[in-house]
Amino acid sequence: MVNPMQHFTRALRSWAGRTVPVTGFLALLIVIIITAPAAEAKMNIQEVTSPGGIKAWLVESRQVPLIAMRFSFTGGAAQDPRDKGGLANFVSGMLDEGAGNLSSEKFQERQEELALRMSFKAGRDMFTGSFQTLKSNADEAAKLLHLALSKPRFDTDAVDRIKKQILTGLKFDMNDPRRVASLEWFKLAFKDHPYSRPVKGTMESVKRINRDDLNDFVAKVFTKDGLSVAVVGDIDAKTLGPMLDKIFGKLPQGSDIEPIAEAKPPAGPQRKIIEMNVPQSVAVFGHSGFKRKDEDFIESYILNYILGGGGFNSRLTEEVREKRGLAYSIYSYLSPYRRAAIYLGNVATENKSMTRSLKVIRDELKRMADKGPSAEELKNAKQYLTGSYALRFDTSSKIANQLLWIQIENLGKDYIDTRNASIEAVTLSDISRVAKRLLKADGLIVTIVGRPSSIETKPKKS
Amino acid sequence: MILKQFSLLSNWRAGLAAFCVIATAMILALPISASSATSTDSHFKLKNGMEVVVIPDHRAPVVTHMVWYRVGAADEQRGVSGIAHFLEHLMFKGTKKIAPGEFSKIIARNGGQDNAFTGHDATSYFQRVAKDRLPLVMEMESDRMVNLQLLEKDVVTERKVILEERRSRVENDPSNILGEQMTAALYQSHPYGVPILGWEHEMRLLNLKSATDFYKRYYAPNNAILIVAGDVTANEVKKLARATYGKLKPQAERVRAARPIEPPHRAPIRVSLDDPRAGRATVQRYYLAPSYASSGPGEAESLDLMMKIFASGITSRLYKSLVVKQKKAASAGGWYSGSGLDSGRLGVYAVASDGEAIEDVEKAIDEVLAVFIEKGVTQKELERARNSYIASHIYGGDNQVSLARRYGWGLVNGRTIADIEEWPDRLKKVTVEDVQRVAKKYFDKSQSITGVLRPSETKKSGAKKAGHADRKS
Repeated sequence: MVNPMQHFTRALRSWAGRTVPVTGFLALLIVIIITAPAAEAKMNIQEVTSPGGIKAWLVESRQVPLIAMRFSFTGGAAQDPRDKGGLANFVSGMLDEGAGNLSSEKFQERQEELALRMSFKAGRDMFTGSFQTLKSNADEAAKLLHLALSKPRFDTDAVDRIKKQILTGLKFDMNDPRRVASLEWFKLAFKDHPYSRPVKGTMESVKRINRDDLNDFVAKVFTKDGLSVAVVGDIDAKTLGPMLDKIFGKLPQGSDIEPIAEAKPPAGPQRKIIEMNVPQSVAVFGHSGFKRKDEDFIESYILNYILGGGGFNSRLTEEVREKRGLAYSIYSYLSPYRRAAIYLGNVATENKSMTRSLKVIRDELKRMADKGPSAEELKNAKQYLTGSYALRFDTSSKIANQLLWIQIENLGKDYIDTRNASIEAVTLSDISRVAKRLLKADGLIVTIVGRPSSIETKPKKS
Repeated sequence: MILKQFSLLSNWRAGLAAFCVIATAMILALPISASSATSTDSHFKLKNGMEVVVIPDHRAPVVTHMVWYRVGAADEQRGVSGIAHFLEHLMFKGTKKIAPGEFSKIIARNGGQDNAFTGHDATSYFQRVAKDRLPLVMEMESDRMVNLQLLEKDVVTERKVILEERRSRVENDPSNILGEQMTAALYQSHPYGVPILGWEHEMRLLNLKSATDFYKRYYAPNNAILIVAGDVTANEVKKLARATYGKLKPQAERVRAARPIEPPHRAPIRVSLDDPRAGRATVQRYYLAPSYASSGPGEAESLDLMMKIFASGITSRLYKSLVVKQKKAASAGGWYSGSGLDSGRLGVYAVASDGEAIEDVEKAIDEVLAVFIEKGVTQKELERARNSYIASHIYGGDNQVSLARRYGWGLVNGRTIADIEEWPDRLKKVTVEDVQRVAKKYFDKSQSITGVLRPSETKKSGAKKAGHADRKS
């Protein structure tokens, strides 16, 4: 729970795009800016195969006596039966609620005694797990994770309790403008495709989920074939092998997941306003994007940094927040799923300013599509994206996250070494071409929650 | 467990994920000691009075650089609420050397990330960069410590931004509106009752002059603490610190004014809010308690362990009773906030199950509380709670940001390096008797405020306060 005494606030800031006079101090800056930072994420990734055939990527890190593991199974919320949306998410909340011969209470007490940190998350395409243990407790902790994955109990009492919590959470979500705007966006964008359905399900669909459904999902998704594992910490390959077998060895081999159809790329213009009595409206805007395997993905990633992903270095923040003070929070991002990809943004602004904010956003998308970024913007983006890469590798958990993601996306073990070069290789004309291909200022799907004044409910063709 | 899916009582809005990390880490961060910065060489003072702590962590070639000022929202003048936080935003607007808005851009061009936050007792700025960029960020941070230059038009635009921030965090969320009302009513004299973001009508009046006055008064090397964690040595930092911060002149005594002291609280306070956006009925209660900085020896440690056992997480007494056994609540929990300079707080809350009257839920909390106070805790519960904190200490050691924050937070609130580092040892001394004693002493209803949030069908929303009437009785 957040400590309510301290209200952490963030100063969001900008770039004013001014030329700075060169003084002694600035000369120092310039010298430093020319070269990329020296930090490089160099690490020795070992591919470990356990005696029982479980594969994992391992980076040994001996300084802190702990082990961080991240793993995933192919198959997430998109696997939920049509009338039982929220099933994968339900399972993610049940795995520490009793397993094997341990009731939920005993399981959780054991987990606390071992100071074991374990959590699960259902995405749309994947089911992921996070596991962190002190080295001294690794054996016992592994046993507990094994039970959670292979022998979850799903006792009626625990199922009822977690169902109640999910339903309560959904009830809160219904009054959260940000959540509602996002859910409505996916509904408009993906129509009948599984991606249109909320990962957490609806009040109706969650009520229908029972113990058998939970067991079905586990049997279908928790398999060796769909498994990827990354481990970082105070452990060597020889010790990790048997530990992998202990945790995952009893899972069935074959994956039985449903094939998910390719989604029709979301297309606008579409606009929906959901009335809610709040002083600040929230809007989600976006359209189709590129998948991770798309040949233009890296370009679109850099482009998004310049347009809306780079915080105070992005055009959207500059125009909406810094120049006009219309919003505290404005950003965009890319979400590449397995069967669709989207470019999405979010803005929260006083009811009476929503029309103006959306116009500024649309103008910026159009300007970027027409003219592309400047050479300086591209240079700055490259400097940030390559220079900050090492910051993703400074804790065991963060390294494990990266290693898992590289496996899931099948980018290859040398990705960490080649990633910065692939960003450096992008040219201004590449980015400008991709800006035209990606951005559709007149084809946005926009959902607005609040009481935005003077917005027509029909999308305007501009 | 699925508690994380509740946004209830959280200060954070979705979509600002990075902030969530800060806020959550903070709780763990405060008191847990680090193994690395034990050498006295890693803690020194510059001649101008600026305190420096170095925490070496050579696993990755990156550093975290933080400057903490001994000033926060509780140091604001009456009527100028929000100025500490507003100034924090304006600190990114430029100096003689850095053009308006360039600060973060330069950091980003150097592959770095930066941010800042404001609390009631402290304001902190930080950057995360490759280690060879440390000289640059130290140059820039020391520059804006004394050379901030603000333009009227930037101040006016940024004021709109903080008002939007308030709408996002407070006005759009009834549980945060209630939380703000409760805090304001709990503190009868002390400025912890004033929201860090400020009251809206006072925020509207903040201006260039109020920001500059606050800046001139509190931003100086002798009122700041530098923490550097990462791939550096104490000697490297010492050299760089002398060449940057060390050149700044100390200013006249910067000790903050003593804040008003709370009068004795004599009656429980109640606040209730009916709002159609409330979702489910919830009850929360805060109790005044000492903080690490204000308590007697060992008391805050006992409070930490006591609240862990009573209300924190799914193995806690409160959760097990209300959610698992009685099923009156969909969720229940609590916390101890012990990081304040002048005082701390205990908090408990529960979300009613569908169809359950919130009065009954509150009654159930009181019953569990009564048994807890009367019977105390078992040795096994105490050991589990203790282990769990000591493990957090080790987990925290994996992250240089949380290490840096641990020291910054401790020092800025008047604790010593020894205080911070001996925390696990002091936890070990807490006995079941200590736990019961602090439970008895601080779960005192006359020192509390209870807030009830109810979903209403009506369109109108507003807080009604029963507090004043109660207090007169």
